[in-house]
Amino acid sequence: MKRFLGFVKKEFMHIFRDYRTLFILFGIPAAEILIFGYAVSTDIKNAGIAIFDLSHDEITLKLTDKIISSGFFKKTETLLNYNDIDKVFKKGKTKAVIIFQEDFGKKLVREGKASLSIIADGSEPNTATLVTNYTLAIVNDFTTDFAGPALNNAIRIIPEVKMFYNPNLKSYYMFVPGVITLILILICALMTSVTITREKEFGTMEVLLVSPLRPIQIILGKVIPYFILSFVNVLVILALSWLVFGLPVKGSIILLLAECMLYILMSLTLGILISTVSQNMQQAIFISLIGLMLPTILLSGFIFPIENMPKIYDYISMVLPPRYFITIIKNIMIKGTGILYIWKETLTLIVMTLVFIGISVKKFKIRLE
Amino acid sequence: MDNTVISVHNLVKKFGSFVANDNLSFEVFKGEIFGFLGANGAGKTTAIRILSGLSKPTSGEVNVAGFDTYSQTEQIKRNIGYMCQKFSLYEDLTVKENIMLYGGIYGMKKTLIKERIHELLEKLHFEEYENRLISDLPLGLRQKLAFSVAILHEPKIVFLDEPTGGVDPITRRQFWEMIYETATRGITVFVTTHYMDEAEYCDRISIMSDGKIVALDTPDNLKKQYNAATVEEVFIKIARPNPATPQSRLGGTNTQHHSKLIPPKREQGGQNRDR
Amino acid sequence: MQKVIESSGISKSFGTTRALEDISFSVDESEVFGFIGPDGAGKTTLFRIVTTLLLPDKGEIKVFGMDGITGFKELRKNIGYMPGRFSLYQDLSVEENLNFYATVFGTTVEENYDLISDIYSHIEPFKKRLAGKLSGGMKQKLALSCALIHKPRLLVLDEPTTGVDAVSRIEFWDMLRKLRKHNITILVSTPYMDEAIRCDRVALIQDGKILTIDTPQKIRDGFSRKLFTVTSAEKYKLINTLREYPGTITAYSFGDSVHVTFNDDMPGNSFYDFLKNKGINDVVVKDAEAGIEDRFLELMEKGTSAQRHNSITA
Repeated sequence: MKRFLGFVKKEFMHIFRDYRTLFILFGIPAAEILIFGYAVSTDIKNAGIAIFDLSHDEITLKLTDKIISSGFFKKTETLLNYNDIDKVFKKGKTKAVIIFQEDFGKKLVREGKASLSIIADGSEPNTATLVTNYTLAIVNDFTTDFAGPALNNAIRIIPEVKMFYNPNLKSYYMFVPGVITLILILICALMTSVTITREKEFGTMEVLLVSPLRPIQIILGKVIPYFILSFVNVLVILALSWLVFGLPVKGSIILLLAECMLYILMSLTLGILISTVSQNMQQAIFISLIGLMLPTILLSGFIFPIENMPKIYDYISMVLPPRYFITIIKNIMIKGTGILYIWKETLTLIVMTLVFIGISVKKFKIRLE
Repeated sequence: MDNTVISVHNLVKKFGSFVANDNLSFEVFKGEIFGFLGANGAGKTTAIRILSGLSKPTSGEVNVAGFDTYSQTEQIKRNIGYMCQKFSLYEDLTVKENIMLYGGIYGMKKTLIKERIHELLEKLHFEEYENRLISDLPLGLRQKLAFSVAILHEPKIVFLDEPTGGVDPITRRQFWEMIYETATRGITVFVTTHYMDEAEYCDRISIMSDGKIVALDTPDNLKKQYNAATVEEVFIKIARPNPATPQSRLGGTNTQHHSKLIPPKREQGGQNRDR
Repeated sequence: MQKVIESSGISKSFGTTRALEDISFSVDESEVFGFIGPDGAGKTTLFRIVTTLLLPDKGEIKVFGMDGITGFKELRKNIGYMPGRFSLYQDLSVEENLNFYATVFGTTVEENYDLISDIYSHIEPFKKRLAGKLSGGMKQKLALSCALIHKPRLLVLDEPTTGVDAVSRIEFWDMLRKLRKHNITILVSTPYMDEAIRCDRVALIQDGKILTIDTPQKIRDGFSRKLFTVTSAEKYKLINTLREYPGTITAYSFGDSVHVTFNDDMPGNSFYDFLKNKGINDVVVKDAEAGIEDRFLELMEKGTSAQRHNSITA
């Protein structure tokens, strides 16, 4: 028993003397609670809504006003024709479009019923459901108010709910692109960060340094094989999503693959950057997996829409590459957009890649210290 | 028989089809300094692991400190000390903490441990280092301390695996004087080393080659037997016998290069002798 | 003739640890220059500075006349380096490792094969075997071949014989000697004192400081007193008794004898009686020539005697 306690005591001593582990043990849970608390939100705030008003009468204006001023929504655009619907969803800021049929007000007063369409962006199923429900609630509320006690049930606004892009509201439309984003960045960053730190650990890096090879050659030499392999990986993943889940690629496959290649390249160079700050494989693995995983899952818009988070998280997520890639991949796969709608995100990824390479080459230790 | 602390009979250890220990038989007596030599890959480490209860033989009888290695490994572990080169003490603990820890693991009473700490530190002139982290101590001191910790509980046998690797010449000699002193106390010392001159300090040595013991005797007898001036010469003569014998495990030396198996009479530092 | 390596006043610390202090030495072309010293002496740190992998805190170093700090790009093309651990690619074969290093240095295995043929012939039968599966001696030969394959002007070997059995060590040094005819300068470190003899010149190094630099013979000649070997059947008793004898200055075990220095360079009249009184009757005393290790011990005693009295004494 004494033996055992002596051993336990030793383990405590190791832990308390290892400041890095302590930080992980206590620091990370605290950080997680804070992030989770604020980031994870199943309410909606300022969800973008576009109004397509074919009537333009007093009633539609009043109802519109009620919806907008509810605090849950923010008006993005006023649409003028049906084609605009697709466009506005592709832009990404609008989560739902509300369509008032012609002569809405007249029909409501004279016939006692009028139709209203709610078309939600099905590429984010959770948000779509919430937006729809909140809107319906507001409409009901309005009906009750409008009708007044006397006309009870005699007046009805008939809402028609449709999901754009994801008619059956399958959740994998949200998950699969997100998972692809997550996996690609984790694996790619992991591979390159490990291969470099492994050479450091095993001592072969020493011999490489005392040779004519220049840092940029070593870096590119590490990236290229993994790039080719990761690309094959992408093909397999996309094929699987299509075969198993039936996830379509509505837009151009070439564009999708090109964007994937960009993303892989970015992730591989991120891994190189990680290796320049890691002293051994364990650190490299830790940063690549654990360090990247949580921010990617929580803050990239993968599961929890960024719009629902406090502004500060929005700013933080701006430095996270996955945020941009999720938008790109969803746009191409589910919304079928072309480069026009995603050029900003693409450019951001390109810039990030160049920055990572630049810093890596600069920070690459040509000496052992 | 009372005097025998280790008794090995036809020990065989196989890993798959590879025979690491091929029919070893030998005895070690109480208070002896027994040197266990052999080239890398000869099977030394495998044998020591079996003797210290860390692994079981494939066949054969092995008795350590009076206990059978198949069924009584726990008792064996309680009666031996062990020190290997790669790791001796926990670097992020202090001298005192390490001793307390190992004392506890050996099942010693707290008062006894405290007594021994005091004795030990005094003997090694370490008193000021009591609360220093091991990582702050130079290699030579660490090894001496590790050895002292390995015999803290006065075991019957202590196994030392290359304890003086890389250590400076003065510390090396001090270490061996500690070993001598330990042996005179009746603790048997079973040691492996790459330094051939250290083999001379042993009472008896055995040389392993290719899984077998090819020599076992006192250093003096072996030198006479093989007509050699030093144990190193004996070693060279028998650890790499016939150049034509394929030594595939060692990566082989089956080339003709071995024309000079016996090196020309080089002078080794200080071992000149009037002959 | 230009010196291949010239260093003066090199110092290096890691945090509070002083790894090297005021190291100055030079190496001539085609020389085999050895650094002899135990672990922690600073050999690896010094070699990393020579190969431009580390920057010294103080001091200067020139290799092939180029500044070791600013000229690193050019220097790295001309040095063959074999660091302490066997830094070969364990998952590549012997052949693949060799080809890789040849290619990285812009040459082919065929071009300089004559340089490594002696060495490589030992492992050529195993050229398809993975480097990780070779024995210590074989790995060492492969590492040497890889370091040589681009015919470097300077070969830097950091403890190439550590952890390798006695026979392989001898073979290795034979191979090194043969390289001299190719005009390659060799800088090598080792903890084994007996290997000093195989170098042209040697620096003894301990605790980051150089104790002495000279040819092995001159170092041995530098031993300041007369050396004796003393033997007896009971080694342990002998050495303790010798230390008690008032006429003894130093007594160190060396295998089956003890190396002793006496006051006035002789045992003295009362020596044999003193030992007989302690029960030692079979003592044999002989004249001896000091070896490298004797000199190393002497220098250690002198150099660190001040420190030792402050910290731990033997």
